[in-house]
Amino acid sequence: MIADFRHRRAGLVGLAFLVLTAVAALAAPLFISAEDLSAVFAPGVPRQAPSGHFLLGTDAYGRSMVAVTIWGARISLTVGLLATLLAVGIGALVGVAAGHFGGWVDTVLMRVTDWFLVLPVLVLATALASVLTPGVGTVVIAIGVTAWPTAARVVRAQTLSVESRPYIERAKALGGGHWHVMRRHILPNVMPLMLAQATLTVSAAILTEATLAFLGLSDPTKVSWGTTLQLARAVGAVSAGDWWILLPPGAAIIAVALAFTLVGRALEQVLNPRLQERM
Amino acid sequence: MNDVLRLENLYVSYKTAAGPVPTVRGVNLALPAGGRLGLAGESGCGKSTLAGAVLRLLPKSADVSGRILLDGEDVQTMTWGRLRAVRWAEASIVFQGAMHSLNPVRRVGDQIAEPILVHDRGVSRTAADRRVATLLDQVGLVAARAAAYPHELSGGQRQRVMIAMALACSPQLIVADEPTTALDVMIQAQILRLIGELVAEHGISLLMISHDLAVLAEHCDRLAVMYAGRIAEEGPAGEVFADARHPYGRALAEAFPRIGDAASRRGPRGLPGDPPDPAHLPEGCAFAPRCTFAAEECRAAEPALAAAGEGRTAACVRVDVVREAG
Amino acid sequence: MSTETVVKPVLSVRELYVSYRARDGRGRARAVDGVDLDIAPGEIVALVGESGCGKSTLARALTGLVVPTAGQVLRDGVPVSYKSRALKAYRRGVQLVLQDPTGALNPRRTVYEAVAEGLRIHGKSALAGFPNEKAKVADALSRAGLRPPERFFDLHPHQLSGGQRQRVVIAGALVLDPQVLVADEPVASLDASVRGEILKLMLDLRASAGLSALVVTHDLGLAWNIADRVAVMYLGRIVETGTVEEVLTAPQHPYTRALLSVVAESGAEPVILTGETPDSAAIPAGCRFRPRCPLVASGEAERLGVAGRCRGVDPEPLPASGRHAACHAAEVP
Repeated sequence: MIADFRHRRAGLVGLAFLVLTAVAALAAPLFISAEDLSAVFAPGVPRQAPSGHFLLGTDAYGRSMVAVTIWGARISLTVGLLATLLAVGIGALVGVAAGHFGGWVDTVLMRVTDWFLVLPVLVLATALASVLTPGVGTVVIAIGVTAWPTAARVVRAQTLSVESRPYIERAKALGGGHWHVMRRHILPNVMPLMLAQATLTVSAAILTEATLAFLGLSDPTKVSWGTTLQLARAVGAVSAGDWWILLPPGAAIIAVALAFTLVGRALEQVLNPRLQERM
Repeated sequence: MNDVLRLENLYVSYKTAAGPVPTVRGVNLALPAGGRLGLAGESGCGKSTLAGAVLRLLPKSADVSGRILLDGEDVQTMTWGRLRAVRWAEASIVFQGAMHSLNPVRRVGDQIAEPILVHDRGVSRTAADRRVATLLDQVGLVAARAAAYPHELSGGQRQRVMIAMALACSPQLIVADEPTTALDVMIQAQILRLIGELVAEHGISLLMISHDLAVLAEHCDRLAVMYAGRIAEEGPAGEVFADARHPYGRALAEAFPRIGDAASRRGPRGLPGDPPDPAHLPEGCAFAPRCTFAAEECRAAEPALAAAGEGRTAACVRVDVVREAG
Repeated sequence: MSTETVVKPVLSVRELYVSYRARDGRGRARAVDGVDLDIAPGEIVALVGESGCGKSTLARALTGLVVPTAGQVLRDGVPVSYKSRALKAYRRGVQLVLQDPTGALNPRRTVYEAVAEGLRIHGKSALAGFPNEKAKVADALSRAGLRPPERFFDLHPHQLSGGQRQRVVIAGALVLDPQVLVADEPVASLDASVRGEILKLMLDLRASAGLSALVVTHDLGLAWNIADRVAVMYLGRIVETGTVEEVLTAPQHPYTRALLSVVAESGAEPVILTGETPDSAAIPAGCRFRPRCPLVASGEAERLGVAGRCRGVDPEPLPASGRHAACHAAEVP
């Protein structure tokens, strides 16, 4: 499987970029101090164009855009990963239960899933984020609760296909109950697919986080790509044409989302033999 | 030279990452016009590879050497265009998995008409439809079934459609690769009778492949038993089945008991061990490790096919011992 | 192993009905439509019929995988309870062997894990005197003919031959020390030479462990090879039953006769029934076999004076043991 993945160049490029971003985000406290990010003690003049000292210029408080963008990766990645964990977790639970039990359990769970699926994500997330106290945790919950239906659908489909295999019947004939069948046979078979689904969900979650932060529904004191963009908008950077404030976080969002998508697609192809044949 | 199909010293090996896997190893067979030849053997013995080689249907990884003569013409050296003309028009194949060989989203009538339209550019659509109706009638389906999709048909009906497709261009030779596996006994009997009637009526030659020696004995004139890529035994079908000269042929014949035969009552007979892996064949006779008659001489060299009675051959050095054991 | 003795059956079904909603949503398919059947200790019963006749559903009802619509499954005379704990205990004693060993084994699991699965489900009590799981698994593998067992522990299904895979499935059943093995077409997907070896194994297990078996098959030769008794099933009902010798050498039901005649090399002129196996959602009135019955088609039924009954009277379900045929013509002396 790992050998197969190595042949997908796009997936590899995505993975390399993600590793680089993660390392930068983790190591950020080593070279970015609290002062660098402080609105009051910012090292530079506000909205300064790129120069030798500030490679990407400064933001509305005079903070270095390089520092702000790297620091933003911490929140964006954290929220993206946690929200994905939540979404795929709920999705797997619902999907496996619906696929395994079938009948009315399946009908009820899938109707609920469909209902969530057709709800406009942003509206629901906005509503949730405004009801709960603003903050990173709220954003995670808002995204997680809206992103799980896709995962549930995918997991249910795979569960149904595994359920029809004779070894499931054999396990039941041996006396294995629901828990045994789900844990020993279905989950291991659904896991790879969930992994692929998760990488695709991460990119969506990062985009949603940025959107929510941009709409001011996140914690404004935390530096993230979304809040940076929101701040830029608030001080009129858009109309002033201060591109260096808008471009770095925007490009970072797009690049990370794209990288996750590339990795997800590659994983999907490696893990799904039917797609592999078509290549 | 009136053989419809002649295989001369046919070798097929598959290229794999672990090296070549010899699957068919020096097969000579002849099928005269109007003849019915049965080819018996277990999975992995090379019988399906052999069938595929006849119409050059093998994947690129297959290395074919020797000659495959269809009506005297070497299949190996045919141009692509000639090969297409030969497929269906001169020789067609009926596969075992009728469900997988039919396109699920096209009506079966259109699928039967396809080879007709491809091979005879001049034919009109209505003429082709008339031909489809005739073909369906021949295989025992009502003409209205042409409008059905494969999933609307039962397994037996789908196999009938496959046979109608095989007949579409009036071939001289039909290769039937396990045509009745996975079908019920009664449906199996229906299909086998149908094939028998059709080849007799149209004078078509038949190469039928199966693991069931009894079925082949009943529906073929001659019978070849294949083991590990080689012919182990060949002769008149009834004789080979009733009185095999090769210990393997004997084991296959005994695998399916005759009901009423006291010897096989509560006495199933099989062969210990498994068929050999074509990539790691044993020294000497490939069957020796599973053979109850095996002696020292069997492990020395692979025996060649030699005369073993009137019109019969067997690749066993201990034919006489096997015969005496009766 | 005579069936004439009055030993109590180890497993039996009484007036069993299983129906489910038909595939097109209209009406109900009566897959098992009134079956009585006994399996005596150490007896091998062959359940013969075409696909769709309900034989696989009956096998699943016997293993507790399908809950009957009506009627009872009894073990040692006690009706099976479908409460989850009781059912789990029941399943331990009645093990299922499936047709396709390749599908029946999870490709991600080793041979050891596949065989140990049952032990892990049933916990310590399933070890039955063995010191540990490993010893019990090794014992089951060697009883199934995979020797030395340790050599197979870490192999995955794809590294085994078809015959070996079926032996692993059988070992997985044996490890729970069942009383009865229900085998659904156990050799249909195996090579001809391997087939005899697996059947031999089933006979050996009967001889060594007194295992009873219900073997579901479409292959009359298999019944001749290993079974003591045969039950021929048609459209959800058993239409003929008796010892193997009785049923296979002197069949009374026209359906059994037709099945026997199409076995290659039977010597008889084959009676090939036309048409497909009929639909269990639309069982004909009167005798269910009448639309395909050669006796009716040839006018023989008319001549015997039973044609009217064939049209109007559904023959009674057959008793659970003994020699019987559900045919109006067979009752005429």
